[in-house]
Formats: sequence, structure tokens, C-alpha cells
Amino acid sequence: MHEVAIMTEALRMAEEAAKAGGAKRILRLRLRLGSLSGVVEDSMRFAFDVVSHDTIASSATLEIEQVPAVCWCATCQSEFECADVFNECPRCHNPSGELRRGREMEIADVEFE
Amino acid sequence: MCQECGCGLSKGDVKIGAHTHLHDHDHGHDHSHNPGHHHEHHAHAHGPQTITLNRSLMEKNALLAERNRGSFKARKLLVLNVVSSPGSGKTTFIRETAARLGKKLRVGVIVGDLATDNDAARLRTAGVPVIQITTGTVCHLDADMVSKAAAQLELDKLDVLVIENVGNLVCPADYDLGEDLRVVLLSTTEGEDKPLKYPPMFHSANVAVVTKSDLASAAGFNREQALDNLRRVSHHAEVFELSAKTGEGMQAWLDYLTRQKQLL
Repeated sequence: MHEVAIMTEALRMAEEAAKAGGAKRILRLRLRLGSLSGVVEDSMRFAFDVVSHDTIASSATLEIEQVPAVCWCATCQSEFECADVFNECPRCHNPSGELRRGREMEIADVEFE
Repeated sequence: MCQECGCGLSKGDVKIGAHTHLHDHDHGHDHSHNPGHHHEHHAHAHGPQTITLNRSLMEKNALLAERNRGSFKARKLLVLNVVSSPGSGKTTFIRETAARLGKKLRVGVIVGDLATDNDAARLRTAGVPVIQITTGTVCHLDADMVSKAAAQLELDKLDVLVIENVGNLVCPADYDLGEDLRVVLLSTTEGEDKPLKYPPMFHSANVAVVTKSDLASAAGFNREQALDNLRRVSHHAEVFELSAKTGEGMQAWLDYLTRQKQLL
């Protein structure tokens, strides 16, 4: 449910940047979402349709780049993909709670004309 | 700050297409132009343009949360953000905590709910100052709501501020409120696997409290399994097991709070 609040903020940032550049309309905005961000892509798309209505982004394309979660194994000194905040290293089977990526909730860029 | 040259402008304002500002920003006097529109005169000639932002969508909340944290820290106020699913016993837990801390530590409460002020009314029975935030359709509290509610409490007369978040184990995980400690509750009646089902929330907690310990046997609660799950996801958290209703286990929790307050 908080996707609406987060999408509203994404659109506010995109509009602010685009208008400062003299935009008439936003063509595309690109977000980056980590697999453990707690934000669901489908809900973000639904929220975008709702909050972009009657704005300069009403016909914009929403691109969402999914960032897989990656943990760090201190023993092997290497990263491994993980499905959870707490996982075992697939090589040495030692547990790791050091999440390096996967919690992203970012606006990457905005394209406008 | 602009990452291109270190001037005071945000990056999004200045990087338009391939053209970035090349003039020197090191001078101390004010600009005569507005940096937001000084490229506008040629904007029409470029066609589609892309501005790189690379900014967190939680940036605004993060800034407000830090402002809250500074304001709380200046008053040496210990601030707790209490989160759980609906019905885990947040209100009873907070009421008993406030009542038992008594005159030793003065407690104030901010409570968030979608509707009704029933929780606030229940908390007032413990004689603690309470501010209710009714969020309407919003599923979490954010730093701005907390800042506005805190302004209605006499913070200088408090030692501990407890924020009772909306009952929800998903959305509040992403919102820093400026608290010192995030306290997640897991009741014995809701199953041992909650930490595994909602890892972001349990992982983000500083303290995990198993509540309703008096109902554990009636609910067939597998204590070892629950603690094992908590250790797996909330491995850095302090764990308490208690019943706010009977008072069992409350003292260890109150002692912990008292120590945390002394450490401020």
C-alpha cells in the first residue's frame, strides 16, 4: 500500500528535475528497485497510472530496473546472490547477514522534452 | 550537492543533456541568475533530454527523520518505534511499560491508527500523555507525521517517547521516524514463522519482544522454533519474552530501557 506514497515522491522528483530543465512533458522515468526493498513492481506500476494522471508525466513510460539482492561472504571475500536478508554462502556455507545490494528504492533518471 | 563540481546545486538542476555548467562556482557572492532556468533558452533545440538523478525515493523522509533524531537527542529523549502486525499486543505492552516505569522515567506516547482513537483512550488510562495520529488510508507513520505529533507533546517533560506504529509488518519497515530503537513484537498466538515471512521488518529491528507469553501453551507456541527464527533474521537484536498482562518478564525489559536511557 505504501507504493502510492513512494510513487508520488518519485514523480515529484522527476517533475522537479524536468521542469527545471524546461520540460513540456516527461517521456520516461527509470526507477531502481531492490528485490528486498519491500516494494512490489506491479503495485508501483498501478500507483504510477493513478498519480501521473493529469501531470506532465501522464503519457510517460515507467521503466523499473530490478536489483537482485547480494550478500557478502567475509570468509570467501566474495559476493553471492541471496533471496533473503540472512543467507548461507553457497561456497563455504558460513552464514552472512551483510547485505550489499537489494534494498534500493531510487529514481535513476528522467527523460523529457 | 552537485557531484560534477561540488557547487551547492543539486545535480538534477544543472546537468541538462551533454551540457553542464562550466563556469566557476567558487566565488563567495550571490549568483545573478537562477540556476534552475539559465539553460532554458536552448532547451527547445535539443529534443529529448535525460537528467540523471540517482536519488533515493526515501530521501525526504530520511532528512525529516534525521531532523527528528537531532531534536530528540538534544533533549536526551529515548525514542522507541514499536511495530508489529495488528493484534500482537502493542497497546497493552506500551501501557504496561509506561505504567511500570512510573515516576522513574516519564513516558509519552504517539499512536498511529487508520481510524478511531481507541488505542489512545486505552493508553490514557495509564496516565501518560498521548497524541493520536489518525492516518486515514496510510498504512504506516512517516517522519513528518511524527514531527507534527511530537510538537503537541511537552517533550522537555519526558524521558521516553514511545511511537506506536500502525499495525503492519510491511510498510513501516521502510520509514525511519528518527527513533533510537526499533522494537518489533511477535506474539505467541500468531505463529513462530513471522520473522521468516516478514524479514525486512524483523531484520531492521534493534529489539524483538515475544509477547503474550502467558498464552504460549494454549496457542501451542513452539518457543525454540520462534527464537531460532528470530536469531536467524534479527540476529543482532536484543530478545525479550514477556507477558504485559501478567507482568512476567517485564522487569528485564524495563531494566534494559533504563540502561538505554542512561547511555544517551
